[in-house]
Amino acid sequence: MSTFLTSSIGKKLIMSISGLFLIAFLCVHLTLNLLLFAGADIYNAAAGFMGSNIIMKIIEPVLGAGFIIHIIYSIILWFQNQKARPVKYKMVDQSESSTWSSRNMIVLGILIVAFLAIHLVNFFYKIKFTDIKVTEYQLVTGMFTQEYWYIVVIYVVGAIFLGLHLYHAFQSAFQTLGLNNSIWRKRWDVIGLIYSLIIGLGFAIIPLYFLVKELI
Amino acid sequence: MDLTLKIWRQKDSKSKGKFETYQVTGISPDCSFLEMLDQLNEKLISEQKDPVAFARGDCGVSFDHDCREGICGMCGMFINGRAHGADTGITTCQLHMRRFKDKDTIVVEPWRAKPFPIIKDLVVDRSAFDQIIQAGGYVNVNTGGVPDANCIPIPKPNADEAMDAAACIGCGACVATCKNASAMLFVAAKVSQLALLPQGKVEAKERVQKMVAKMDELGFGSCTNTGACEVECPKSVSISHIARMNREYLCAKLSS
Ligand code: FES
Repeated sequence: MSTFLTSSIGKKLIMSISGLFLIAFLCVHLTLNLLLFAGADIYNAAAGFMGSNIIMKIIEPVLGAGFIIHIIYSIILWFQNQKARPVKYKMVDQSESSTWSSRNMIVLGILIVAFLAIHLVNFFYKIKFTDIKVTEYQLVTGMFTQEYWYIVVIYVVGAIFLGLHLYHAFQSAFQTLGLNNSIWRKRWDVIGLIYSLIIGLGFAIIPLYFLVKELI
Repeated sequence: MDLTLKIWRQKDSKSKGKFETYQVTGISPDCSFLEMLDQLNEKLISEQKDPVAFARGDCGVSFDHDCREGICGMCGMFINGRAHGADTGITTCQLHMRRFKDKDTIVVEPWRAKPFPIIKDLVVDRSAFDQIIQAGGYVNVNTGGVPDANCIPIPKPNADEAMDAAACIGCGACVATCKNASAMLFVAAKVSQLALLPQGKVEAKERVQKMVAKMDELGFGSCTNTGACEVECPKSVSISHIARMNREYLCAKLSS
């Protein structure tokens, strides 16, 4: 077992399982966010429920650990992979052999972590550790206004990066787990595309909606 | 065709290499990439004034080749940023000059990966692959009478898939093109081929663990599933085999 988790496939397995966990989390997160469209009362009730129930209290640290494990292992693997090619090519052209997002997962990952930091300060930190005088709904909608147009930009761009990251991540996770063959490859690809579009567009549309709502 | 070539020259594994620029003229679009290099070498040798270098065989560009029919896996170079050049499903010896345009500049580099040290110019040492095979890429045969040809039934789909995996010629293009210099496609092809056949199943668990351990030990990177390897593979070995290897490996580790 010890050699298992230090082997290349073992480390990849950790990446894929933690990644799938985060993929599942994003579904819950987006569902909750979409309740913003249902109005202040429903959203506040849902946010309150998420903040107070015992299951979420247990899941929260697990989620944090999921993020940290995923990030740490990606860094370990990245450095190891860099070492496997000490002298780089002068010319590399992979435009026809692989997708841009698959080659730039680490870059997209770093951008997402940067976004995540801003996001946590904006919402998670404010709700948990400061004494906010407004409801969750007001906090969210108050952020996505003309005055804070740059926050809207950050959230939309963040959602696009996330969508690109997820497009490769989804199929990659199943490939690493070995749950793949020539038939399922195409299926994972389509399911992954749909999933990443829903998540990417879903998260991008919320700040845009409130901005546009304010403008008209 | 007149071409400008930027070729990596390196005296031996210890020296520092650099790109040299050469001009070749009057190249027929029908000749293969290796034939074009032959013409360059003939030119370099005839121009070479230094008899010592000539005796050492040091004037021409060194590159690996053998069958020149796309079946041995000996040839292999990184041409304009792609393993075996821009065509897919072929080796370097099957790449033809009609793929290029007159007055093109072509950048030629050796495979680059830590486990593939450069021997000279474009020639790399791929014995790391042999070591991986030695670690378990075989079936132990007990001595005794030769079994009857059809006494072990093999389902046709399995036989076909094993055959597709067995098409690997070990050229190293998968490692060369992988952004992580991972040898997973090569290892997976052998693991998959043998795991699909009843003769190979007996030792499948042991084999996959040993081969993956060897691959890691030799310093190959790990797969991030970009899929570039299967595109550049001259035999179009599918990354579905990597999924099978992952499956085999996980099951073997969990049950041992
Ligand atoms: S020389 Fe044999 S495959 Fe190219």
